Amino acid sequence: MGNGLLLEIKGISKRFSGVKALDNVTFDIKRGEVRALIGENGAGKSTLIKILSGIHTADSGTIFFDNVEVVFKTPRDAQNLGIATVHQELNLVSSLTVSENVFMGRLPYKSGIVDYKKLHRDTEQVFEKLGVKIEPRTVVGTLGVAKRQFVEIAKALSQGAQLVIMDEPTSSLSVGEAENLFSVIKTLQASGITFIYVSHKLEELFEIADSVTVLRDGQFVQTKDIDDCTMENLVELMVGREITTLFPKVRAELGEQVLRVENLSRAGEFEDISFTLNKGEILGVSGLVGAGRTELARCLYGITKPDSGRILMDGKECFIRRPLDAVNQGICLVPEDRKSQGLVLKMSVQHNVSLTILSRLRKLMGFIDNSKETGTVEQSVSKLQIKTPSIRQLVGNLSGGNQQKVVLAKELLADPEVLILDEPTRGVDVGAKAEIHRLIGAFVQRGGAVLMISSELPEILGMSDRILVMSKGKIVQEFKSDEATQEKILSCAL
Amino acid sequence: MEKSFLQKYGIVLVLLFICAVLSFLSPVFLTAPNLINVIRQISINGILAIGMTFIIITGGIDLSVGSQVALTGAVTAGLLSSGSSIVIAIVVGLAAGALIGFVNGMIITRGGVPPFIVTLGMLTAARGFTLIYTGGRPIYNLGSAFRFFGAGYVGSVPVPVIILGIILVVSHFMAKHTVFGREVYAVGGNPEAAVYSGVNKNKRLVQVYTLMGFLSAITGIVLTSRLGSADPTAGTGFELDAIAAVVIGGTSMFGGEGAVTGTMIGALIIGVINNGLNLLNVSSYYQQVIKGVIVVGAVLMDGYARNRQKRPAKAS
Repeated sequence: MGNGLLLEIKGISKRFSGVKALDNVTFDIKRGEVRALIGENGAGKSTLIKILSGIHTADSGTIFFDNVEVVFKTPRDAQNLGIATVHQELNLVSSLTVSENVFMGRLPYKSGIVDYKKLHRDTEQVFEKLGVKIEPRTVVGTLGVAKRQFVEIAKALSQGAQLVIMDEPTSSLSVGEAENLFSVIKTLQASGITFIYVSHKLEELFEIADSVTVLRDGQFVQTKDIDDCTMENLVELMVGREITTLFPKVRAELGEQVLRVENLSRAGEFEDISFTLNKGEILGVSGLVGAGRTELARCLYGITKPDSGRILMDGKECFIRRPLDAVNQGICLVPEDRKSQGLVLKMSVQHNVSLTILSRLRKLMGFIDNSKETGTVEQSVSKLQIKTPSIRQLVGNLSGGNQQKVVLAKELLADPEVLILDEPTRGVDVGAKAEIHRLIGAFVQRGGAVLMISSELPEILGMSDRILVMSKGKIVQEFKSDEATQEKILSCAL
Repeated sequence: MEKSFLQKYGIVLVLLFICAVLSFLSPVFLTAPNLINVIRQISINGILAIGMTFIIITGGIDLSVGSQVALTGAVTAGLLSSGSSIVIAIVVGLAAGALIGFVNGMIITRGGVPPFIVTLGMLTAARGFTLIYTGGRPIYNLGSAFRFFGAGYVGSVPVPVIILGIILVVSHFMAKHTVFGREVYAVGGNPEAAVYSGVNKNKRLVQVYTLMGFLSAITGIVLTSRLGSADPTAGTGFELDAIAAVVIGGTSMFGGEGAVTGTMIGALIIGVINNGLNLLNVSSYYQQVIKGVIVVGAVLMDGYARNRQKRPAKAS
């Protein structure tokens, strides 16, 4: 413990089928610090995390943990040493209780049967250390994402973790929930736990991290104290070039009203929702997770049916019973979760992009016009600058940002009048984010109308012409973009 | 990353390997009459397996195809023996098959009951209807003209082989080049994303089960024609051979992946092994064991190839 270093990474390299994912990466982390690890998608963050958690083994280089050289062959090895990873996709068994998950594989026994009394007591103690209240007997499946994350952290602690790696922990948390997570991290940090914190949301690093390590194209760029950083220079370090504005808002000319929603309600989801949307307008929808924003989007798109209220397109009432009706009315949706709702990962880029326009590509007897399909898709892929070796590539093999662009491409091809975007840049790196924003801008400049749901306040503030704030299923406030500030929106949303 | 050579053609190599071994062990194997015989024998399973491929691509399963074969064969035979024309008997038989499939599809989509359960029920129910309809006795006296579909030849090619060939070509184009096929893959690959993309998932599922019923009816008619009678217990266990062919052919039980061409190779592998083991006078008891080993072995190999493929796929 002489030098105060918990983790030293020395010259780590890793290749995947000839492609360098990590190239001679060297840096170290002090005991008890919260170190942010940032970089664009493909910079090597995930690979590094996977090496540290024992999922991959490095081709060369060494790792010292607590001044001892270590080699992990399996995730178990890393856990036994005291390195725990909270992955983006949480690894909990949703049908079991909180306690059972926390002590999975290490349940206390008394004369051959599980000692539930001790189990729940032990679990309570762990949560006390975290400073959060979660009933140990709750079934995990009934908890929200935020609480499940705490269960994961509790599990890590109970395994004696000294280093906790968190991969994009706030990507599906609301602002309030993220604050709770930060206070838990700080509590644990005070008791000597070290964190590696991976995030695309640069704003929050200033709140939670002590220092930042930047990776780019598999190489180590720099480690800096957070106090010496600004947003702009972090972005610069990540992309290696200057990005002029993060949110390049283009003011499009507002045209006539295209969508009008009147008193739309659906029990248990949202209530009495009314708003209008004009051509060329971006209407931001802000609010906490669970405020009913996604449910509203799903209803407008025909996944669910409203209990009451009307939806009017171009002044005419329309009845949307299923997504196909919405598409025919000119409403398209970029859903919240690209992997489960936006894409068929087992299909190629081409087949994903063309899925919304098959009716237009239909020839005699239901055959698909092959050359028209390839042409349309090629054009769209190059217009949106989707980085893929070929349009026949499986979409599951693309990076997150490019997958999101594929979702955008297929919805844009359907040529909507109204495009609903639900968290359009979640889990996407800064470069791709700027491009997606540019594409949204271009869409409204052509006269499109956008309803954009986002939990990222800078995105909402930077992109929107008007902002609706939802809370508990209702619209509680409407702002013009120049009136709104993060604080005002938050105070309405809470 | 597109599919590697081994992943795409591995199963063809397996087939060629088995053929090479058999031609070495038995002088009869590699003769034209025997090969035509093999293909004729697999035509029944082949037609069913093609329908089953679509079902499994949607992530479903149809356990009732054996009973569908029996019921449609009995319906057609019943009409023939009571003096209906061949055309009417066949059309009614095909319609009956399509109707059973349609009912399966409707219960699965409207009722939200898993395909495994629905078709398990249909397996029993359709068999019961067959027994009721036939009174438990085979139906004979179908007329000699009807024998053409199962036992006839065009030139030196058996008619069932021609029927199989036509169905194979049509279904291959349906799967790969039509809106129907594309949407079926999408529904199987990710039902939620398909719905979000405006695909009418329920309609496609009903269509796929209806198609299965239709193909079962063709099988039932060919089988009845070949045997010259409709036996109420015909087709028992056919669903298992069909599923085996699909799985050996590389279609994923999880849905979203697969091809009828692969299924055809799967059916050929099963057919060639049956034929070879018969030629080598292996007892049918052993044959069953060997077939079982091959089904699981094929999937094991497939999983192995996939894993090797997957590991280096993503570098980020």
